[in-house]
Amino acid sequence: MNATSIINKTGSFQKRKLLPYLLVSPYLIFVIVFVIFPVVFCFFLTFNKWNIIAPMKFIGFNNYYRLFHDRLFWKAVVNTLQFLLLHIPLQLVVSLFLAYLLNQKIRAASFFRASFFMPVIVSGVVVTILWQQLLGFDSGLINRLLMAVGMQKVGWLINPDIAIYSIAVMATWKNVGLYVILFLVGLQTVPTQYYEAAKMEGANRWQQFYHITLPMINPTIFMVVILSTIGGFNLFIEPYIMTGGGPLNSTLSAVLYIYKQAFQYYNMGYSATLGFFYDIMIMSVVVLQKKFIEKEI
Amino acid sequence: MKKIYIKQFLMYAALSLAVITFIYPFLWMIGASFAPMQEIGTMTLWPSHPTWGNFKSMLEKIPIGRSLFNSLLVAVFTTSLVILTGSVVGYALAKMHFRGKQLIFYIIVFTMSLPFQVTLIPNYITMVNLHLVDTYIALIIPFAVSAFAILMFRQAFQGLPQALIDAARMDGCNETGIIFRILWPNIKPTIVTVAILSFIGSWNEVLWPLIVVRNEKLMTMPQLVTLFATGGRADSQLGVKIAAAVLLALPVMIAFLFFQKHFIQSMASTGLKD
Repeated sequence: MNATSIINKTGSFQKRKLLPYLLVSPYLIFVIVFVIFPVVFCFFLTFNKWNIIAPMKFIGFNNYYRLFHDRLFWKAVVNTLQFLLLHIPLQLVVSLFLAYLLNQKIRAASFFRASFFMPVIVSGVVVTILWQQLLGFDSGLINRLLMAVGMQKVGWLINPDIAIYSIAVMATWKNVGLYVILFLVGLQTVPTQYYEAAKMEGANRWQQFYHITLPMINPTIFMVVILSTIGGFNLFIEPYIMTGGGPLNSTLSAVLYIYKQAFQYYNMGYSATLGFFYDIMIMSVVVLQKKFIEKEI
Repeated sequence: MKKIYIKQFLMYAALSLAVITFIYPFLWMIGASFAPMQEIGTMTLWPSHPTWGNFKSMLEKIPIGRSLFNSLLVAVFTTSLVILTGSVVGYALAKMHFRGKQLIFYIIVFTMSLPFQVTLIPNYITMVNLHLVDTYIALIIPFAVSAFAILMFRQAFQGLPQALIDAARMDGCNETGIIFRILWPNIKPTIVTVAILSFIGSWNEVLWPLIVVRNEKLMTMPQLVTLFATGGRADSQLGVKIAAAVLLALPVMIAFLFFQKHFIQSMASTGLKD
């Protein structure tokens, strides 16, 4: 035994007491620098006009006034809501359906699971470049397929009425594998006796699904809805690469607009205001969803 | 009997259709990256005249090799730091008693639910003021501590018996020794899970690099590919764009094929992504 270990063993009471704080200090420093300071600073920025180079200028509630009259911001919010309107139900139905199939006695279940999971782990950049080719107007694979069966070409990304929904389908394709896994975990927690009892009572498959499975996996449904809501509200890289927000700003998502305000036009104060306001919107939606879904059961 | 067969058939048909939907695009992409320009638009999986041309012109046009190195460096350092800080903080929260512990726990949960738009601009300003724009540090430090990793490690350490720690202390082992030599070997699955998730998260991160790195030499791969795909340099060069996407996807896909089970289990156990 050497000297240091003896000191450690008899280490003073003071040292013992300080040790836990020393151990959690990396986290505390991190939180102060990258969470608490930013939140406070962001709030402060919302009352200022600032382009980073020139000194900050206090402008009171002007940013908030501007926000409520900013047509483009509200269009971006509506676009995002349109995106969610297709994305969430589609994600829910497809992932639950696939998980339900996988939960039957299926051969090669792990192969299927892994295939569905592939798009989840690959970068959104890759997925977007890939889908650009699938959805192209003249040479896109999907339009070629449509032509081959004698149908009209569709302007998946160039028709302003459709483009945001095309992106919603793509985003669903990318994320669905994750939710399949979550549902699979949820489905496996339903005790099999319940189904046996229901069968004895003469319940058919659909009745079993509706009256047993759905209520039992309600927590998973809730989690999937919340995760895809938050993920969907943060829609950014897909429109950024695919369409740049076009055509006619029809795929301009709220986050893309906030990003552009900050890092293309350098309206830091205004962008912070948008970000702050938008986060409060997201949180309100999530709280509403929580109330609504939990009441249903 | 017949009814059961039909049901079985329909189930496998639906699953197979789904597999084609999820896998075919990737296979097509890999094939297309080897196709000469005029062949890319077709739906066939493998070109009739495969060529390395796309990859060669990609290497000429953008510093993709350097960005691959950057991405690896950033992902490895970020992952190591996340595991290190996660273990130390998680250990304190799991096995030590001190005032304010509960408060810290709530702060962690709160930070996990905080959306990134609020912190984005201030964090950029912090980087500007610390003169860290266009450095590797700017790409690593904001991700070096993960609330999620701390919670994972806390949970894992809580499951270990206190006797293990007491015995080690009797033998004169200090706290870092306890964490890294005595406890770590017992929580390998947690370490692997955290490592996988933070590596993938770091590898795929694109928004933050776009903001704090402007120097092409320091760009990460997803960032470089994004700028290349949107910047117009690739407009006439579809094949090059696809080749870049393949190169970006390949490391993650290969890792996935090797650690498939771990990946899925870790994702399932958390219900969280990036």
